[in-house]
Amino acid sequence: MGIEVEKKAGFDTESAKEVVKELRASFVAGKTKTYEWRRTQLTAMLKMMDENEPQIVAALTDDLSKPELESSIYEIAMLKNSCKLALKEMKHWMMPKKAKTSLTSFPSSAEIVSDPLGVVLIISAWNYPFLLSLDPVVGAIAAGNAIVLKPSEISPSTASLLAKLVKKYLDCSCIKVVEGAVPETTALLEQKWDKIMYTGNGRIARIVMAAAAKHLTPVVLELGGKSPVIVDSGINLQVATRRIIAGKWGCNNGQACISPDYIITTKDYALELVDSFKCELERFYGKNPLESKDLSRIVNSNHFARLLKLLDEDKVSSKIVYGGERDETNLKIAPTILLDVPQDSLIMNEEIFGPLLPIIMIDKVEDSFDLINYSGAKPLAAYLFTNNKKLKEKFVEKVSAGGLVVNDTTVHLAEPSLPFGGVGESGMGAYHGKFSFDTFSHKKAVLYRSFAGDAAVRYPPYTAGKLRLMRALLGGSIMGIIRALLGWSKP
Amino acid sequence: MEESIAELRETFRTGTTKSVSWRKKQLRALLDLVNENEDSIFQALDQDLGKSRVESYRDEIGIIKKSASYSLSCLDKWMAPKKGELPLLFFPAKAEVMPEPLGVVLIFSSWNFPITVALDPLIGAISAGNTVLLKPSELAPACMSFLTQTIPRYLDNKAIKVIGGGADVGKRLLELKWDKIFFTGSPRVGRLVLTAAAKYLTPVTLELGGKCPAIVDNTLSNPSKAKVTAKRIVGGKWGPCTGQACIAIDYVLVEEKLASTLIETVKKYIKIFYGDNLKELKSISRIVNQLQFQRLVNLLKDPHVAASVVYGGSVDEEKLVIEPTILLDPPLDSEIMNEEIFGPLLPIITLKNIEESIEFINSKPNPLVIYAFTENETFKKRILSETSSGSVTFNDSMVQFLCDSLPFGGVGQSGFGRYHGKYSFDTFSHEKSVLHRAFYPELEPRYPPWTNFKLAFLKLAYALDYFGLILLMSGFRKS
Repeated sequence: MGIEVEKKAGFDTESAKEVVKELRASFVAGKTKTYEWRRTQLTAMLKMMDENEPQIVAALTDDLSKPELESSIYEIAMLKNSCKLALKEMKHWMMPKKAKTSLTSFPSSAEIVSDPLGVVLIISAWNYPFLLSLDPVVGAIAAGNAIVLKPSEISPSTASLLAKLVKKYLDCSCIKVVEGAVPETTALLEQKWDKIMYTGNGRIARIVMAAAAKHLTPVVLELGGKSPVIVDSGINLQVATRRIIAGKWGCNNGQACISPDYIITTKDYALELVDSFKCELERFYGKNPLESKDLSRIVNSNHFARLLKLLDEDKVSSKIVYGGERDETNLKIAPTILLDVPQDSLIMNEEIFGPLLPIIMIDKVEDSFDLINYSGAKPLAAYLFTNNKKLKEKFVEKVSAGGLVVNDTTVHLAEPSLPFGGVGESGMGAYHGKFSFDTFSHKKAVLYRSFAGDAAVRYPPYTAGKLRLMRALLGGSIMGIIRALLGWSKP
Repeated sequence: MEESIAELRETFRTGTTKSVSWRKKQLRALLDLVNENEDSIFQALDQDLGKSRVESYRDEIGIIKKSASYSLSCLDKWMAPKKGELPLLFFPAKAEVMPEPLGVVLIFSSWNFPITVALDPLIGAISAGNTVLLKPSELAPACMSFLTQTIPRYLDNKAIKVIGGGADVGKRLLELKWDKIFFTGSPRVGRLVLTAAAKYLTPVTLELGGKCPAIVDNTLSNPSKAKVTAKRIVGGKWGPCTGQACIAIDYVLVEEKLASTLIETVKKYIKIFYGDNLKELKSISRIVNQLQFQRLVNLLKDPHVAASVVYGGSVDEEKLVIEPTILLDPPLDSEIMNEEIFGPLLPIITLKNIEESIEFINSKPNPLVIYAFTENETFKKRILSETSSGSVTFNDSMVQFLCDSLPFGGVGQSGFGRYHGKYSFDTFSHEKSVLHRAFYPELEPRYPPWTNFKLAFLKLAYALDYFGLILLMSGFRKS
């Protein structure tokens, strides 16, 4: 009867279709392909960070109670580096690479050209919501694509800040942020993308890949796993402990894909290790770690409940040797160490993603490799602390994981010359540095031939003589070719 | 079946396939297999597809020999870790990327190049140190039988297995967990493979197809270049398995005024290469089976399409042979212009201006290859930057397949992933990054409790601002 009800527009399949249509038109028009466009976007991203650092830190505090230093360094500074590197190297990355040609296709020249893939979808995670959203975007921009970014709804302040900032600083006709949860993500996944990059867990990854399969869309999956730390004796225990703590509780309080998940050490060394942890943890976080400002909180009550379930399991709760305190109101769990948990406990069978650190004991340190390889899923990272050269060699040779670090934890993430990605359950594909550019490109092979040099041997009617010559040509040796021409080789 | 796979997994676990000597031994054995069984291979290819010896050597036997020899000569280099460069901040440290095998891989091969498309990926999988199950296509039964019988005689049975059977076997294989799946075939089955792989998060390489166009510009006005162009088009259409190839020329784009020149020259070479008529057809494969034969015959059933035939069109159902056929401007909405032909029918589409070919190609899904016969550098650049395809070849057809230094693979609907040469090794490897650090020196600012000084320090460190760091440390810079 004329009463207008204002309906809040939900982002549904139609909306998703519209977004993809618009981006595809922009891509086809060539907007994203020019060097200037790419450079402008990356420069704008740097400006965005310079002008909004306090707001970004505030959003991360809101979402995760992330300590300011972690936000400034592990999210903002890392992203700035990524932009700067792309800006510096992009021209070089975009240049075609010459490829060698052989006698078989003489005369010819060949090169490999990097083409953008087109319209790509980036679905990011909640634990490093700023970095894991924009770092892939840097690669996608550098490679010349149009982009939809879907940040995680579990870190809503950062998601909405991203939507605001991207709209303000970047080219909206080519780069869009879509906020939302399962329905919105599902609508996006129904569309045809030229590539999808997903950072998160294995369960959702399977849904993403199955959706991608319908359109034959290639995917990059950055997942996780139980990243083990093997601790040998005869090392500088204090340094090792500090580095493990920095990688575990210093990285979003254990809520990071490459956080040390559990420790493997020998029976003889375990107690010394536990003492060292107790000492350093107190030094870093004080006697009341629940009150320390230098630890992120648990992201939400779901994960809080999940972690308590791991901690309070009967066969596990008696194994706590340090910590265990919790504050439900503020969603905090103190750094907790457990010693000698059973292999069949919950905590040893799912990725912890939190401030609980189980220590497993074995007889000989070499036994740890089989333990890791038989755990059923290849982790994203694996760490070893040792001074034993042979052990290092065996570790590198035998342990399969996305990446390995010896005598430290997590720092390989900051090195752009190393590809960052998983294998098996921990994911597929890699990025960072030039690997980001490559992952969002199609490497197109181009062969240039001339009209001269047309060998009759290629064409029918086929004769024994042609077969002889064909053998020699494919064999690639000049002597072989000469012999064939003279009729001296077998037909 | 489950037992075979369990054995492959167990063999992989023992580490046998990781050693360089095992890999080289298998590659040499594969060379022996091909060298000592050439006649059987010729026979099987003749039986399955009517391929002549030269075509079989050029497209199958020769390729495998070349690929295996190349891998043997490069394997040590490929297996070596790649050093990474680290900034001073990390000193002292060492970074490298180590290729390691993925584990147990599944290779599905297609029926049109039943030896090459089975053994070439196998070479890659072996070089990378994996255990392998190969499932050849049952639509080339003589070759499948050859492979199932011969491979066990030459290669390590515990690590490399071949399984025969039809689509039901393929389906069962896809229900199991693999560390990689390599599939060559149609987009329809490609989707099924990828959907199955998603359950286990198995990485996949899909080598599919598409309608590979050949653009021909006014180089046709030059008689000697027109001859070479026509030969290469004819060779690139009917040469590989009578057009049943993912990289075969599907259709040709040419300017109206040059169409008749092209058609006449192409006709001439069809006759020289393959014979004047259906009865005298030689040096050309046949259609693989009744199903494909019917499919191709049906493409010509549409009266408008039939009316556009300017050469050929005769078929021999008993021998499964279709003569090389040229069509001039069949309707653009006909099936023949919208699905991959994969057979000996060549539509020639005329345009007012050859530059329109770019738009025409872009209106269709990304093909595996775009062929362009032109010497116009500007046009070449436009083709490269304004179209997307697996690869582009200028002024020839098919030869890009022989270049081991060029990645071979598709994009969009023509697939993803690539192989040939080192790309084969890479596609079956995981590139594991390894960073070695030392216990000293220790950077205190890495550790909490956090202070403004530590924040300033880390900001400078991340920016690799060593000078700034020195100033900070010596008190000349406020935190």
